[in-house]
Amino acid sequence: MKNIAIILRRELSAYFATPVAYVFIVIFLVLSGALTFHLGGFYERGQADLAPFFNFHPWLYLFLVPAISMRLWAEERKSGNIELLLTLPITMAEAVVGKFLAAWLFTGIALALTFPLWISVNYLGDPDNGVILAAYIGSLLMAGGFLAIGACISATTKNQVIAFIISVVICFAFLLSGFSIVLDFFRAWAPQMVVDAIASLSFLTHFSSISKGVIDLRDIIYFISLIAFWLYANTVVIELKKAS
Amino acid sequence: MIEIEQLTKRFGLFTAVDGISFDVEPGQVLGFLGPNGAGKSTTMKMITGFLAPTSGQVRVCGHKVEGDARDAKRVMGYLPEGAPSYGEMTVAQFLSFIADVRLLKGAERKQRTHAVVEQLNLQAVINQPVETLSKGFKRRVGMAQAILHDPQVLIMDEPTDGLDPNQKHEVRELIKGMAQDKIVIISTHILEEVDAVCSRAIIIARGRIVADETPQSLLARSPSGKLDDVFREITCAEVRS
Repeated sequence: MKNIAIILRRELSAYFATPVAYVFIVIFLVLSGALTFHLGGFYERGQADLAPFFNFHPWLYLFLVPAISMRLWAEERKSGNIELLLTLPITMAEAVVGKFLAAWLFTGIALALTFPLWISVNYLGDPDNGVILAAYIGSLLMAGGFLAIGACISATTKNQVIAFIISVVICFAFLLSGFSIVLDFFRAWAPQMVVDAIASLSFLTHFSSISKGVIDLRDIIYFISLIAFWLYANTVVIELKKAS
Repeated sequence: MIEIEQLTKRFGLFTAVDGISFDVEPGQVLGFLGPNGAGKSTTMKMITGFLAPTSGQVRVCGHKVEGDARDAKRVMGYLPEGAPSYGEMTVAQFLSFIADVRLLKGAERKQRTHAVVEQLNLQAVINQPVETLSKGFKRRVGMAQAILHDPQVLIMDEPTDGLDPNQKHEVRELIKGMAQDKIVIISTHILEEVDAVCSRAIIIARGRIVADETPQSLLARSPSGKLDDVFREITCAEVRS
């Protein structure tokens, strides 16, 4: 546990030691604000809730989260630091979890900085704050899912641009796996059972039910197990690729 | 003590290290010599637990590197090839991170940090980000990291590669100063270095040990009295056969 905390602290301070953190936070806040007010019609709807804000989160994360995760392992491999990191007295699992948690905490900080929207909606009307809290939790869980995918992909390459692009594509597939754009690809050859299983993996369906205020244990288990799976895959990928 | 038994590493069809065995006793400074691609770095990566061997095993101070990895890694300090470190951190932050991982606390932590900064002359750059430093300073930061916890076993992959003659001299003095009851393993292409700091030299070529003796007896083999000639003779003979 202590080692995880040490890795987490180092990684988190690395975000803030470079402009990455500030650029990310500013872009995230500007985009989420712009989307909420212009595309989401926050005022025009005349409803005291944050639905127009949270509805855009999956799409924002699709591009912004891989930008956070792409450096996690690709940079470590490119600079040769991975050799230093993995010969220190820490386990691979501690390194993987520590790095992931640092990135997750960082997106959590960015998400928390959207609080002026919450204040605005409470000032303007009388929203259901329970629903808003649920949506924040759902959004954070979804960000974790995207990050775990991105962290694993980042370990497959030394090139951050490749890590970014492949992460976006895989996140996109997970986002829309309940929709025909992804399912048609499998329907042609996979048995119905597989198609149903893939359909049930969609980020969008799991997130939309949480963001409506329905905290279903199944949705939470879905995101937690998704994160666990990709982090496990992350350790396997590092083990396979670290020699090259 | 380091015990290496039948250590082998294959990458696909290529055998990088081919069943090498040797022991290193405390007090020895072992120079690891060989042409590029001979398997020096791969062997070091297996000793330090970065790569898992295809077969064979390594024991460091009684701890199996595979299986008892954490304890084995605790007694070792390692300078990987090229002395990597986290560029965006300052020297002080980087050493503090290493001290955290190495579980150094309180007075001991202060004393060790102070000692390595002194030993490697890092005072002037202590608050600079590592990526802004010159090659010589980066190398010294890498060495500081490796010796911070005063390890029983110090392993350095080409510690003087790319340094100027003065810096090379400093690094060698440091290695000499370490040795009495410790184990030091360094890899190098530079033969004079072996003569200058090592008490034992192992030459490997194509993944096998082709010579294991003192630098003096290696020298005695050469009619010209030059290590270069011995090196070429041994490693080329191996390739021809």
